[in-house]
Order: sequence, then C-alpha cells, then structure tokens
Amino acid sequence: MASSNRDPVIIVEGLTARYGDVTILEDVSFEVYRGERFMILGGSGCGKSTLLKHMIGLLQPAAGRVVINGVDITRADGETLHRVRSQIGVLFQADALFGSMSLAENVALPLAEYTDLPPELIREIVRMKLGLVGLAGYDNHMPSELSGGMRKRAGLARAMALDPSFLFYDEPWAGLDPVTAAELDILIRSLNEGIGTTMVFVTQELASIFSLGQRVIMLHKDARGIIARGTPQELRETSTDPRVNHFFNRQAD
Amino acid sequence: MAEISGAGYRLRVEGTRGEEATVRLAGRLALADLRPLMAELQAIPARLEPRRITVDVSGVEYLDSAGALALIEMENLSRSRGIPFELLGVSEKDHGLLCLIDREALQRPPLRPESERPDIVAKLGELARLQYRDFLEIMSFVGELVAALAYCLAHPRSVRGDEVKRYMKRAGADGLPIVALISLLLGLIMAFMSSLQLKQFGANLYVANLVTIAMVRELGPIMTAIIVAGRSGSAFAAEIGTMVVNDEVNALVTMGFDPIRFLAVPKVLAAMIVVPILTIYADFFAILGGLIVGITGLDLTAFTYIQQTKDSIRVFDFATSLVKAVVFAALIAGIGCQRGFQVRGGAEGVGQSTTSAVVSAIFLIIVADSAFAIMLHYVRY
Repeated sequence: MASSNRDPVIIVEGLTARYGDVTILEDVSFEVYRGERFMILGGSGCGKSTLLKHMIGLLQPAAGRVVINGVDITRADGETLHRVRSQIGVLFQADALFGSMSLAENVALPLAEYTDLPPELIREIVRMKLGLVGLAGYDNHMPSELSGGMRKRAGLARAMALDPSFLFYDEPWAGLDPVTAAELDILIRSLNEGIGTTMVFVTQELASIFSLGQRVIMLHKDARGIIARGTPQELRETSTDPRVNHFFNRQAD
Repeated sequence: MAEISGAGYRLRVEGTRGEEATVRLAGRLALADLRPLMAELQAIPARLEPRRITVDVSGVEYLDSAGALALIEMENLSRSRGIPFELLGVSEKDHGLLCLIDREALQRPPLRPESERPDIVAKLGELARLQYRDFLEIMSFVGELVAALAYCLAHPRSVRGDEVKRYMKRAGADGLPIVALISLLLGLIMAFMSSLQLKQFGANLYVANLVTIAMVRELGPIMTAIIVAGRSGSAFAAEIGTMVVNDEVNALVTMGFDPIRFLAVPKVLAAMIVVPILTIYADFFAILGGLIVGITGLDLTAFTYIQQTKDSIRVFDFATSLVKAVVFAALIAGIGCQRGFQVRGGAEGVGQSTTSAVVSAIFLIIVADSAFAIMLHYVRY
C-alpha cells in the first residue's frame, strides 16, 4: 500500500550525530513515505537508537536536518515542536509506562494534556485504545502486574493515544518470546493497515524484519552511516556487502 | 434541515421529526473535534426521534480512531433506543479502522474495580501491619549488619578498602564545605544571640563557654549527623534502591556475594570514620564563629576567648561527643542501606525509600541523643 503513495513525510538530510568528540553518524540521508513500515537496522552500537532519538527531537544533530510533515524539527521553536510531538507516538524499548499510574491513567495522560475532552470521554477513548491492543478490561491494573508482552501493548496504546500520524518503535520485540513477538507483529500490521499510521522501527529482530519491514536502511558502526537500502528480501538476496550478508544470515563477522 | 460546521468537519442533518433521518458527514472526523462531534451526533435521536438513522460518511476525508469511536457510539445509542442505524459510504481504509475497534471492549467493565478508599479501621490496621513488618525488617537487617561487621573485623582483608575510601571522600571530604559553613553560621548566631542577654550582666566572656559547651556536647554531633543524613544517608538509600530495582543485588547474590557485606559494610565503615572527623570540624568552625562575634562585637581579645574556651570544656565531653558521632554515623548509614534494600517496584519506590532514609535517620539520631543525654548524666556524676 505504501508503494502506491510515494509521499515523503519524514525527511532526514545530511544528519551528523556526535556525542562530545565521538561521531556516531555522518551525513545520513533518507526519506520515509506516508503509511509505510520503515526499518532502521544494524548491529549493536551502530547508532540506530541515536538516529531514532534525533528523529523524534530528543537529541539535536551536529549538522543536517530532520523534517517531519514539513516542519524542520531541528530548528523549530518550542511551540512548533510541541505541536509536532502531538503527532508522534513513541514506544520505547523498556515500555516506559509510568509505574505509579494504572494503565488507564497512563493512556489518559497525553489525552488530558493535549485535548480539552471531559473525563468521561477520555475514559471512553482509553477503553477503546486498550481494546485496540487487546487489553480491554485492564484499565485499573498497574504496569508491574502485567507480563512483558502486555506491557509492550499497553505502551503501544499510550503511544497511540492521540492517533499520531507517526509511530516510532525502539526495539519493540526485545525481551518478548517468539509467540508474543508474532502477536505484536499482527497487532502492528493491523494498526498500520487500519489506521494508516507511518511507522519507523529500530530493530535487529530478523523474523519481524521480514514479516513487517517494507523498506529498510542498514547502518554500520565503521561506516558511521547507511551501508544498504532496499526491501529486506532484496538485501538478503542481492547484497554483495559481507556486513549485510552476515547480518541477514546471522553469522559472526 | 440544519447544517453545522465544526473546525474540521461538516455535519448536515436531513429529515423531519418522526421520519427517516440522514446525517451527512464530511471533512475530518478527528480527535481535535471529538467533543462537538459527539455532542451533535448524540443529540439527533432525541431531537428528531426518527424511525431510522442513516449516516453518510462518503464525504469524509480523514477518519481517526476518535472519529470512528464517535460513529460507533452513535450506532450504539440508536440501537439502544430501538432505532435502525445504517452507515453508508465507508471507504475501504476507514472500514479497516472501524473493524479494528473492539465494540465489546467499549462496554466491558474493568476486570478490577477502581481501588476504593479504605475506612479508618482498615487504614489503621494496614498502618500497624506495615509498622510491624518494618520493625521486623529493621531488626533482621541490624542482625545481618552486625554479623557482617563482626566478620569484617575478624577478616579485615575482606573489607573492600577502595570502596570505603570512595565513600569516605563522598560522605566526608565532599561534605566538609557545607558542614563548615553551617557550623560557622551556627556559632555566629549562638554567640550573637547569647551576647545580647549576657551583656546586660557584664558576662560577655561567658559567650565562649556557652558556644563551646552547646556545640561540643550537643549541637556539633547532631548538626553534623543531620547534614550527613541528608547528603549521604539519602544517597546510600537511592544507590542501593536503584541496584535492587535493576536486579544488580540479585546478581550479587547469585555470584555468591553477601549484599550486606558487599554494599552496606563499606558505607557504614566509611561513615563511622568520617562523621567524627566532620564533628571535630563542626566544633572548630562553630567556636571560630563565636570568636568572630567575641572579637568584633564584645571587645574580647582572641587570647581571652580561646583561654575561656579551653577552660570550659573537658576531655571527657569531647570524647563522648566523638562516641556519639560514631553511633550516629552507624545509624545513618545503616538505616540508609536498609531502606535501600527495602525498595520494591520502580522509580517511585526509590523515591520513597530515600525520603524514609532521611526521616528515619533524623528520628533515630534524636532518640539516640536523648539516650546519651541520660546516660552521660549518670556517668559524669
């Protein structure tokens, strides 16, 4: 569905990321199209998560720009950034649910902050979101009472609370068993196809890369940037780069 | 016929009262306009009492899950009033979204009711139970800590010397400036306030006695202990608490380490070494503060003031103040570590244990000091 609609909504241009004197990424450019499931791959320490943090405006790049829906978030003022952030949902690796709040309160938090809806209506939306991720009825449970997979789904419900146009996932499958991971794949796919949310994943989970990824870029530590682009199948079957082959065939370097 | 436009959507109702009603929706049905959209849609059945409702969404450009929720709620409302409901012109994409929403989930009550406020008896009972459990935990921790300290006394090489030095620096050397400043100001204040009274009787010189006795016997150890409780007791609790949350303490246990010997002993030993030293500094700076007031405000010479200070204090008082400081140090570091090990849950638990470490430490310091006051009274005479 994404290939029919080549409308770039996230544009990363010449992005250079540094921590102090250490350059993590140099001159990285790519585009993400509306409604697609885009994946950023690479081994540990290649800068995947750093790239994601730049894309959601948590870190400022040393050079280059990130344009989301026409807004350059590296130069946006506080108010604009606040508006752009309301269109972005992020599912963090460690689910990042607030431990002192129930699931319903967690999901209601962005709704109460960004909208002026009355509490009953917010409760209704929360019930719908929890139902979307298969957690109907768990309104008053605390995050600590749930399993890892349920917490991931609750994190997803919170990330989707405002019906964001963009969902970013940081290693969503980390720490999940294969069955739960496959269930999460199905859920993510149905949300992507039903709602049309543009999704960006940072991952190194081969099974999910093939089941969900429509277009991927692969980063490498030594290159400090992108070493391959394409669909996961293309990369696996046609790439001549040994680094790419090792990644897709799960071989040691 | 009525037409209403919201910010992003357009709503048109066709039909007269009691007849078939057609609602034409167009534009964006999104979260931003959910409130007016829902209110308008839900007013229709009551206002028109139609035989049948048809909602035509063929003009809708954008539908998010909030918009879909409004349509589903409208359908539920019509059905509950026995009015047939039909949705027309749903695009393929919007159909996917409408299917995604679990209609049953919207009605289902939570698996667990919202926690009710317990009545006062239940609250008291819970409080007593927690206090009792807390008491047991502290007792068992004290036992383990004493055993670990005794073991370290018997096997001095088992103590992690570098750790002890690190905590001595953090609790002692790093805390010196604030201890010095507070004590100096305390000395200044005491000397100034007492001089106002003593001046009237021509007893200026006794300002030195007052400052020295008050500081060395009581305030020096207590003020130092309270500052150390705030700076280091809290840090110990937060550090160990975070380690508990991150499974680091479990990792220690599985590697065969005794977490108390590994984590608590270095902190307790370091505190027991540095707090008496800090107390000496505190005494010194308070006397210096008194001296400043004596020289500048009371026309005393430095020599007289120092001589008077020396005469007013006995070695016994000084020694017992250091013993007190050692005991306070053990209490602060001990309760700090215990509160850390007690942490359950996540970030909130660490915060609670840190607060509790400081509050409990200050409480224990005051209790111990009262005990010392009574004991020393009988020892002295």
